[in-house]
Amino acid sequence: MRHMSPARRVAIIVVAAVAIVAIGVAAWLVFGPGPLAFAGNSTVALADYHEANPTGVPADLAKADAIRRGEYLAKAADCMVCHTTPGGEAYAGGLAFPLPFGTLYSTNITSDKETGIGNYTDQDFLNAVQRGIRKDGARLYPAMTYTSYTFMTDADALAIKAYLFSLPAVHRPNQDDTLLFPFNQRWGMIFWSWAFNPNTRFAPNTAKCAEWNRGAYIAEALAHCGDCHTPRNLAFALDNRRKFSGAVAAGWRAYNITADKATGIGAWSDDEIFAYLAKGHAMGRGTASGPMGEAVDRSFSQMAPADIRALVTYLRSIPAVASSEPATIAAPAPTSPKEGGAVADALGRRVFAQACASCHSWTGVSALSPVATISGSRAVNDPTATNVAQIVISGTQRFSPGAMSMPAFGSTYTDSEIAAVANYVTGRFGSAASKLTAKDVADLRGQTAR
Amino acid sequence: MSSKHAIFSRRSVLQSGLAGGLVLAFPWPLRAAPVNEPEQPPDHPDGQFAPNAFIRIDNSGKTTLVMPQAEMGQGVYTAIAMILAEELDADFAQVMIEHGPPSDKLYGNPLFGVQVTGNSNSIRAFWDKLRNAGAAARTMLIAAAAAQWQVDAASCTAANGKVTHASSNRSLTYGEVADAAAKLPVPEKPKLKDPRDFTLIGKPLKRSDTPNKSDGKTIYGIDAMVPDMKFATLVQCPVLGGKVKHADDSAAKNLPGVRQVVVLDDLVAVVGDHMWAAWQGLNALKVTWDEGQNAKINSADIWNELRAASQKDGVVAKSEGDVNKGLAQGESFDAAYELPFLAHATMEPMNCTVRLSPDGCEIWTGSQVQSRAQQYAAKAAGLPIDKVKVYNHYIGGGFGRRLEADMVASAVRIAKEVSAPIKVVWTREEDMQHDVYRPAYRDTISASLSNGKIVGWKYKVTGSSVLARWFPVAFKNGLDGDAVDSAVDMPYDIPNKRVEYVRAETPAVTTGFWRGVGPNNNVFAIESFMDELARKANMDPVAFRLGMLDGTPRLKAALKLVAEKSGWGSPLPPRVGRGVSVQPSFGSFIATVVEAEVDDMGEVHLRRVTCAVDTGIAVNPDTIMAQLQGGLIFGLTAALWGEVTIEKGRVQQSNFNNYRMLRIDETPPIDVHVIKSGEHPGGIGETGATAGPPALRNAIYAATGVPLRRLPIDRSAIASKKA
Amino acid sequence: MTFSISINGTKHDVDVADDTPLLWVLRDVLGMTGTKYGCGIAQCGACTVHVDGNPLRSCLLPVGTIGSRAVTTIEGIGATEAGAKVQKAWLDREVIQCGYCQSGQIMSAAALLAANPHPDDADIDAAMAGNICRCGTYVRIREAIKSAAGEA
Repeated sequence: MRHMSPARRVAIIVVAAVAIVAIGVAAWLVFGPGPLAFAGNSTVALADYHEANPTGVPADLAKADAIRRGEYLAKAADCMVCHTTPGGEAYAGGLAFPLPFGTLYSTNITSDKETGIGNYTDQDFLNAVQRGIRKDGARLYPAMTYTSYTFMTDADALAIKAYLFSLPAVHRPNQDDTLLFPFNQRWGMIFWSWAFNPNTRFAPNTAKCAEWNRGAYIAEALAHCGDCHTPRNLAFALDNRRKFSGAVAAGWRAYNITADKATGIGAWSDDEIFAYLAKGHAMGRGTASGPMGEAVDRSFSQMAPADIRALVTYLRSIPAVASSEPATIAAPAPTSPKEGGAVADALGRRVFAQACASCHSWTGVSALSPVATISGSRAVNDPTATNVAQIVISGTQRFSPGAMSMPAFGSTYTDSEIAAVANYVTGRFGSAASKLTAKDVADLRGQTAR
Repeated sequence: MSSKHAIFSRRSVLQSGLAGGLVLAFPWPLRAAPVNEPEQPPDHPDGQFAPNAFIRIDNSGKTTLVMPQAEMGQGVYTAIAMILAEELDADFAQVMIEHGPPSDKLYGNPLFGVQVTGNSNSIRAFWDKLRNAGAAARTMLIAAAAAQWQVDAASCTAANGKVTHASSNRSLTYGEVADAAAKLPVPEKPKLKDPRDFTLIGKPLKRSDTPNKSDGKTIYGIDAMVPDMKFATLVQCPVLGGKVKHADDSAAKNLPGVRQVVVLDDLVAVVGDHMWAAWQGLNALKVTWDEGQNAKINSADIWNELRAASQKDGVVAKSEGDVNKGLAQGESFDAAYELPFLAHATMEPMNCTVRLSPDGCEIWTGSQVQSRAQQYAAKAAGLPIDKVKVYNHYIGGGFGRRLEADMVASAVRIAKEVSAPIKVVWTREEDMQHDVYRPAYRDTISASLSNGKIVGWKYKVTGSSVLARWFPVAFKNGLDGDAVDSAVDMPYDIPNKRVEYVRAETPAVTTGFWRGVGPNNNVFAIESFMDELARKANMDPVAFRLGMLDGTPRLKAALKLVAEKSGWGSPLPPRVGRGVSVQPSFGSFIATVVEAEVDDMGEVHLRRVTCAVDTGIAVNPDTIMAQLQGGLIFGLTAALWGEVTIEKGRVQQSNFNNYRMLRIDETPPIDVHVIKSGEHPGGIGETGATAGPPALRNAIYAATGVPLRRLPIDRSAIASKKA
Repeated sequence: MTFSISINGTKHDVDVADDTPLLWVLRDVLGMTGTKYGCGIAQCGACTVHVDGNPLRSCLLPVGTIGSRAVTTIEGIGATEAGAKVQKAWLDREVIQCGYCQSGQIMSAAALLAANPHPDDADIDAAMAGNICRCGTYVRIREAIKSAAGEA
């Protein structure tokens, strides 16, 4: 250093300053606020909160045993949907999550001692659910949404354990993940978890009403809405500065559910949000499909109405964030197939005439059931047509009582036909036609959990 | 008599004028409480002139023709009635048509000995028998009239349901002489008409069954209604061959309209007030299955087994010349072709209505095998055959699926547990996932070329034998005659050839006849390879074939005609091709040209189909055309998309969203040219299904240069741009 | 629940759950079997009826949503001008084979002609592509529609 010229010294200082600023910016980008930071810091520990308990189960279940409470909570946390393959045994795992760098498989969380979690102590279970640490000490990937479940109370988590342990043990060995280096190094998750898992229980906000707190607990600790609806940053952590403003997860678009009137759900009535969560459909707002359809079937539709109302209250409080999707929602299309958008798309129109028009009508307003109305839905107004293509490929399999399903067309229509019909549908019923190619459709097929 | 008339009339169709203005025999009430009267089989037609099993004429002159074969759209009721009426000289506009009851003895197909509508056999098998039946009746009616007039029968003539003695200007209707004719002996060898005198046969005639099909009056099996009946639907194990382990019906039973849940060893049925109630009940069942060994079977395993089996030597079905010497001459080539499992997907799903009483069983269904349906029902009901009545119906698509009677047996087994008559209707999903499937086949061919001609030909079919299961007596010495049909009799002049068959039963999958049967497979492989050989020989595919068809002149003429009508050889745009195929199958000689475009993504667009057919005497030429148009679409549908796949023992296809059908907007113009011929009538119902796929495959070969060797068409193999 | 529905001009009272598809009410409750079950998922068109003149797939049409709207089935379509024309053209051109899908084909074609008396090929494609015919009568269906429209 003694021989360093002043100019060089200045240069080093500048470089160091830039580096510090860059690190700071990077840190700011990566280490964002927590999921509840938007509501301010008037929080207290649960034990010090004197309003109605926002955790646990609805009042009529409060006196039920742990198994019954755990069933409600397991459904609210929607454990099943990731830990069960289509047609497979409940909670026996094996669902594949294809990622760009390999495939992750969900695990067996039945009480089978050999292949499930039958040997887990209460503390082992809490470590996994709240901290992302397996019984053998290995780290879980954040595909397991423990950064949300960490807000769950110990009592609630252990009730879920009691419920899982009350179900039949299923012997199904876990598959090995096929991640590439360096992603296959689970120990790396120690740092990720250290950085991004708050490892803290839910703290009620005294500036908010009891219903809001209940909604917050359900949304953040149980239903883990943000894991699909909040965009992620470069470190794969949730970017809560854009909380709930929409993202693509597992090949499906999770829409903007902030209070933004144009691109979010700010223009929806409370009843519409309630109906969408409880039944998967709100008149004129479209029908829940894909992962959200599963969430409705397996989770929201099983919740007590008061809990859904609490969720609505909570969602109403999310700050509006405008997203890049177009705000325009197109009106119904003309009755005649020869009028309206995308008329020149011969292949798309052909597929629509063959497979779609019978239910969805040429106007997009179904003459059979409001559930099948596609005009006015986000999906057809999304110019990426991500969900339109996915719905054509895999249909909508609904289990809720009275719900209509849509059959899957992915095995018989080709990628170019599906691209064409998605482009036709967005062009005819949406605000702008998508420009999917056969390759895009092939990529979408590859991204879905299966 | 009168009550019997009323009963017959329910299912009978009054023929009406030939020109459009069609009259209904009986008005159709909109029934608040629907009841279809059971139809009595015409077992003992007292007081009628009934010289044989096919013709009955009562005193009023009402002429009833009993149909030995099933009408499933192929127009056979009209064609059979035309043949009978032609020789009978009946007034065709007034004849009644009636579904035949089960009886191998009376209505057995002369080629099989049992009652079966299949293999495009109705007209070609029954031709002589029906003509004889009609002529015998006419001879007796004339004799009775002549006796009454005391004139020589030879001086009398018959026409339009009347006998006339021209020289005395007297005539009697058939009704007036029916009683007298009934007392006369039945002539064994009546004099048949000279075909030149045919007034019905050979001219397009309106079908007798279509008016009631145009306004919803026709009763199919699925439409049968019996007083106090309940409605049932069923679920079988998703894994083929699996059994019921446990059925939790608590949720199902509590649904409104659900009456009963029937659990049998291999299926669970829900009985309700209507199909919807039963179906909702089915959805609410929680059944655990004993899936059995088949739960391990995947399509890939099945194909591996089939490919391994095709390496074995087969049973020799045909050998001419010295095939090894032939293959050693000139240049030799090999290829293997593969065809997938296919479902029938008849538009009318499987169904059967059953009424059981302590000493009897009645069956309402649409069957291609009425007597077998009766036998299955008797066995399931534990009753003697003569206690089972089968009322056959119009069939909403057979295609071979209704050559089986499994749906009858299961319906009777369910009915045994239910105190009311029941109609069992399968859901489309159940229909598609528990079909008997067209076998998957692998065909291996070696051929040698010398001077533009084939001099050696070795052809081997490997696949499941439908015949061995369905008609064991016909499966002899390891050889399935259907599986090598159109291969042993391939039309080309080849001095040295051998055809072999390897029976390879595929695990899990029960196979069955499917429209076009064995020839579908063989004509596809042979005609595909013919195009590849033509290219090796640097010859035009039509010219190459014409050079080897001297021994089959009727086919050669058809090929020349189709080449002319299709504009063969005229220029086409890029990626558009014409493909030809010829076939000597089912006693008909057919040549077909498909013109198709393959776009950059590998999507195939049909542009035009031309077909020339010599089917011998064309009883109803318009029906011949319709059958070919429809059969071609049936075959092209399969070529474009048809494949049933198995994963973990489960059929993956379930409904029309994943088992795709050609639709009107993908259907090209189809021109069928019927060649006039005096030869014995050939079969026609299956032929189009056989003709379409190889011609399309060859069109794609011409358009892209890609020699596809497997169906359905692999778009990725023929795309010019890769996705 | 009891519903009063108008079918082919006649009122029928039926006592079924409100989500019961019209198809099964017609077939199994009222015995009007001309309307056919083919797929149950609106992919084949065999169950097509008209509701206030619009062709709808009755297999997915809950009876509770029909209200006072007029239902026309294959048994009644001959009383409409377009329906009678289509039925006649179907027989003149000898479209029908097994006939099972034809109730639906005729209902779709009648709705097309009622709304558009002179359809071109693209109109026919759009209106008829939802109806499957396994016998493959499509070539003649197209011809018959054109003939019913007085164009062939």
